[in-house]
Amino acid sequence: MKLGKILLICGYFGFLIASFLWGFEPGVKIGRNFISFSIAMLQILPCAFVLIGLFEVWVKKETVEKHLGVESGLRGYLWSVLLAGTTVGGLYVAFPVAYSLHRKGARLSVIFSYIAASAICRVPMTIFEASFLGVKFTVIRLVVSLPLVFVSSMLLGSFLEKKRYHLTEGK
Amino acid sequence: MYYMYIATGIGVIISFIISREKTFKALRIAYKRLVKILPAFITMLILVSIVLFLIPEQLISTYLGGNNRYAGVLIGAVLGSVVLMPGFIAYPLCGILLQKGVAYMVLSAFSTTMMMVGVLTYPVEKAYLGTKVTVIRNLISFAIALVVALATGLFFGEVF
Repeated sequence: MKLGKILLICGYFGFLIASFLWGFEPGVKIGRNFISFSIAMLQILPCAFVLIGLFEVWVKKETVEKHLGVESGLRGYLWSVLLAGTTVGGLYVAFPVAYSLHRKGARLSVIFSYIAASAICRVPMTIFEASFLGVKFTVIRLVVSLPLVFVSSMLLGSFLEKKRYHLTEGK
Repeated sequence: MYYMYIATGIGVIISFIISREKTFKALRIAYKRLVKILPAFITMLILVSIVLFLIPEQLISTYLGGNNRYAGVLIGAVLGSVVLMPGFIAYPLCGILLQKGVAYMVLSAFSTTMMMVGVLTYPVEKAYLGTKVTVIRNLISFAIALVVALATGLFFGEVF
C-alpha cells in the first residue's frame, strides 16, 4: 500500500476516535456506519474465502474448463447463473470468486455473466425483493436484464479475450 | 446466511476427512487471499460509511418521491449507483416508497443500479478487474439498469 493511502486511513480512524471522544455528531454517525458495515462483511467474507480455498484445492481445472470454459457453449452461461444464484453478499464476494474461476480456466464471457448475475439473481435477495415490490416487478427485472447480461458479457468477453486480458489479484 | 455457514462447515469437515493436507492448504489459500484484498475492503468500508452519512435514507426518499418520473428514474439510477445498502434495508425502503406513491420504474432504476453498479465497491473491483474493465463493466450495468427501468415502466403502464 502507498504511504499516502496509509496516512489517509490513519487520519480517518483518528477522526473517528476523536469524534467519539468529544461527541462530534457527524463523526459518530460515520463511525457507526463503518462498524455496522464491517460486521455485515465479517459475517460473510471469512466463510466466502474458505469456500474459495476449498474450491481451489478440490475442483480440477479440467472440470471448470469443461463446464465454464471455451468449449462449454451456452451451458456455461446457465452454470454461471446457477452459481450466481447461490452467491451470498453481493458484488464484493463475486469478484474473488470470479478470480478463482478465471484461474481455473473459465472463459471471460462466462465470468462477466457470473458477476452480473450474482448482482441481480441471488436467490435470497430475489425472494426478498418480490415480497416487498411484488412478483411481477421481480419477473420483469429478471426477464429483461438476464438476456442483456448474456449479450453484453459475450461481447465484452470476446473483446477482452482478443486483448489477452487477465484478471489480477489485489493490485 | 446460515446455509452458507452450514455449507462451509460441512465442506471443511468432509475435506478434512478425505485429506488433512489439502484442507490446510485450502485454509492457507483462504487466509492469504483474504489478507491480500483486505486493504481494498477497508477503503470500500470507509467510502461507504462517509457516503451513507452524506446520503441518508430520508434524503433518498425525498429525491425519489419527486413529481417527474423520468427525472426520478435518472436520480434513482445515480443514487443507486452511489449508495450501497444491504438488501434487508434497501427493499423495505423501496416498499415504503412504493406505498408513498413512487413509481415502479423509479424504484427499479434505484434498486437495479444499487445491485449492479458499484461506485463504492470500486476499490475492490479494481483490484480484480483492473481500472479500465471496472469502468466498462459499470457503464454497461448502468445502461442495462436503465433499460430494465423503462421496461418496468412500460409493463406497469407508467410510461405513457
